[in-house]
Amino acid sequence: MSIVALARRAAIALGLPIVLLAAWWVASADSTSPFWPPLQKIIQTFPTTWTWDRFVGDVVPSLTRLAIGYALAVIVGIVLGTAIGLMPRLRALSEPVLEFFRAIPPPVMVPIIALFAGYTGSLGKVLTIALGCLWPILLNTVEGVRGLEPTLTDTARSYRLSTWRRLTFVVLPGASPRIFAGARQALSIGVILMVISELFGANRGLGAAIVQFQRSFAIPQMWTGIIVLGLIGVVLAALFRAVENRMLAWYQGQRQIERGE
Amino acid sequence: MSSSPATLAPAATRGTPRARRGRRRPDAWLGVLGVAIVLVGAETLSRTGIVNPAFLPPVSEMYAKLFQLLGEADFWQSLWLTVRGWAVGLGAAMALGILAGFVIGSLPWLRAVTRSTIEFLRPIPSVALIPLVVLMYGTKPASAFLLVLYAAFWQVLVQVLYGVADVDPVARDTARSYRFGPLRVARSVIYPTALPYIMTAFRLAAAVALILEITAELVIGVPGLGRDIGVAQSSGAVAETYALVIVVGLIGVAVNLLARVVERKALWWHPSVRSEAA
Amino acid sequence: MSILKAPLTSLRPERETPARDDAVALDLRGVQKTYDTPGRPQVEAIRRLDFSIRKGELVCVVGPSGAGKTTLLRSIAGLLELTSGEVVLDGATVTGPPQGMAVVFQEYGRSLFPWMTVRQNVELPLKEKGLGKVERRAKALTALEEVGLTEAADQHPWQLSGGMQQRVAIARAIAYEPTVLLMDEPFAAVDAQTRAELEDLVRSLWKRLGVTVLFVTHDIDEAVYLGERVIVLSNRPTVLMEDVRVDLPAKRDQLTTRSDARFGELRGHVYALIQRAKRGDRPDAPLPGGGA
Repeated sequence: MSIVALARRAAIALGLPIVLLAAWWVASADSTSPFWPPLQKIIQTFPTTWTWDRFVGDVVPSLTRLAIGYALAVIVGIVLGTAIGLMPRLRALSEPVLEFFRAIPPPVMVPIIALFAGYTGSLGKVLTIALGCLWPILLNTVEGVRGLEPTLTDTARSYRLSTWRRLTFVVLPGASPRIFAGARQALSIGVILMVISELFGANRGLGAAIVQFQRSFAIPQMWTGIIVLGLIGVVLAALFRAVENRMLAWYQGQRQIERGE
Repeated sequence: MSSSPATLAPAATRGTPRARRGRRRPDAWLGVLGVAIVLVGAETLSRTGIVNPAFLPPVSEMYAKLFQLLGEADFWQSLWLTVRGWAVGLGAAMALGILAGFVIGSLPWLRAVTRSTIEFLRPIPSVALIPLVVLMYGTKPASAFLLVLYAAFWQVLVQVLYGVADVDPVARDTARSYRFGPLRVARSVIYPTALPYIMTAFRLAAAVALILEITAELVIGVPGLGRDIGVAQSSGAVAETYALVIVVGLIGVAVNLLARVVERKALWWHPSVRSEAA
Repeated sequence: MSILKAPLTSLRPERETPARDDAVALDLRGVQKTYDTPGRPQVEAIRRLDFSIRKGELVCVVGPSGAGKTTLLRSIAGLLELTSGEVVLDGATVTGPPQGMAVVFQEYGRSLFPWMTVRQNVELPLKEKGLGKVERRAKALTALEEVGLTEAADQHPWQLSGGMQQRVAIARAIAYEPTVLLMDEPFAAVDAQTRAELEDLVRSLWKRLGVTVLFVTHDIDEAVYLGERVIVLSNRPTVLMEDVRVDLPAKRDQLTTRSDARFGELRGHVYALIQRAKRGDRPDAPLPGGGA
């Protein structure tokens, strides 16, 4: 029974992707269009394009910049967001300003960051990623802290929990579902900015490599780049979900019970 | 700090709407003060030379430039192109996303079969498609349209799927026992349940669509405010760069406000104030 | 989230200060509370309350709905700043949540930290007290045993029923070893059977641990069944209607006590008081604490 069920589930999960890939394979098999090379050719190009050297030279720097920028945004966003969320006056003071900065599409900050930090090195790119990721995390943290159950705050106060313990045991865990929601939005913005930041200034990186392929009309290679980028997006999303499922197990369990499932 | 008035008062008078509104006024003034502090602060930093004015011109100059732009036809043309690109892409994404979401969501087998594919395609960053759309359409608006569509579509689809899944099974069974046709079920049972989710989808997708529209303009060179920012920056017109960024930011604020107004108007009857489900 | 500082002393109304009695656990002196938030109508919640609770007493507070019961409890707990008057716990004026006090809130589902297990919930305040790991654990387990929840120690609160969750909140409070335990309508949201069980639990814990209990409720039967005294509040702005001494035998149980004739009399008396309070009938001046 369990093997049958497992096979069934695998078939359901893998069925459509296999069909789609097969369709792509067949439809593109005889393609002479320069933009849509046969899938077979794309796959053949893969190993020669994504060598170890390219991995170290392009993929690793991109991901490192993303990691640093994202981490900066998470730290600054949570610290600032908690402070603003706890202080109604500060929140009222900063709300319109934050609304404005959040609304600026992050890529337009590239020219401005380029003015300050230059854009040939990594600093400008990391700042771009950090600044773009900051707003969703910051604003969701503010909302999460603000939406804390008042009875929990009262409980913490009546047991005289110290400020530090209140922050770490009550405020941050209570706000964590919202913080994660913000961090998830920030992650997809971060990946976008990782690519975009490499399109400015001379440099190496995943995004730069793909555009390089496109400009030199190395179309099958360009396609492999698109696929690699897609895979990175998928892997990062899966990693994020794994962390979230671990950290928010209590929240998911509680929600499930509330919904009567 | 003292949080007492905000957090403690509800225990006494269980926050009547009027009482809550009364408290907003000092908040609004504080907000204005906050904006003023930032503007004056930036102006001072620049005027005193603490920050190199070549990087951060005085705010007054940015606004002077902005008012000058308001008199130029080219600026309005760019603004129109950006807003049009955003609206068309968003509209298409909403239409496709809602349609696909209703169809996939109402057919359990289809939902099961497509689940893995959706989970896989959704996180693929839309910017991965930049080289492809450049090859296909160059700097034509179609390039931006495809990027906006791809990015916003997944936001809508996923929200609508949540919404359709949220439909009360009893309501669905009732509709079926009265032999409602599929269209009537969609209109009278699924749609009202999914509406709040559709509104959330609109809010999220509207923001994403603007980001991608501007990105396409800035990176690919599709005509619009994004391209103007790139041009201004590379020609060293720093004040104009800032002026345009401010404009784009204000458009973003307008988009967010619009989304919130639409959400509130459409959901005034709805008991739950939904938070992000995405 | 700071601890509130109450500028209390200057506004205390004239009243002969009672000799600081060692037997008094909690003393309310001229307690007055007016909500005065800018942009809102002023609300006088408590006009004047004076009463005291001796060490080891179990006192219930009842009043018509909107009598400021919760305001009173939050003032005593140091969660709310008084407009004037003072609350004295063990001889010290309360200016913020005091050391020797634990509160059990009505909303059990919201007063337990959902991201912690039952044991972690009970242990958290002990950690703050600076107890070591071993001691903390032992105390938490003892407290959970007292309320009959040993098995649930490693579960999360939301996995438990409402009654069990409120037991966790009670365990957390008694593990803290307070001199005064405040309970704010703790059983208002549980079903009738669980409620009876929990009432008996409170009685037995009170007797066993010798803790002073102030129990706020809107349920007249519950107040008379549990309390040694029942303090009846007027409608808003709140003053003391009457301080009723419950002269029922110390040993009580749901069946015999509730069918006792004296229980019926007391119940009827308190009921009549509440009815009068609802009609707006109120003593002109607050009665001195203690006497009926």
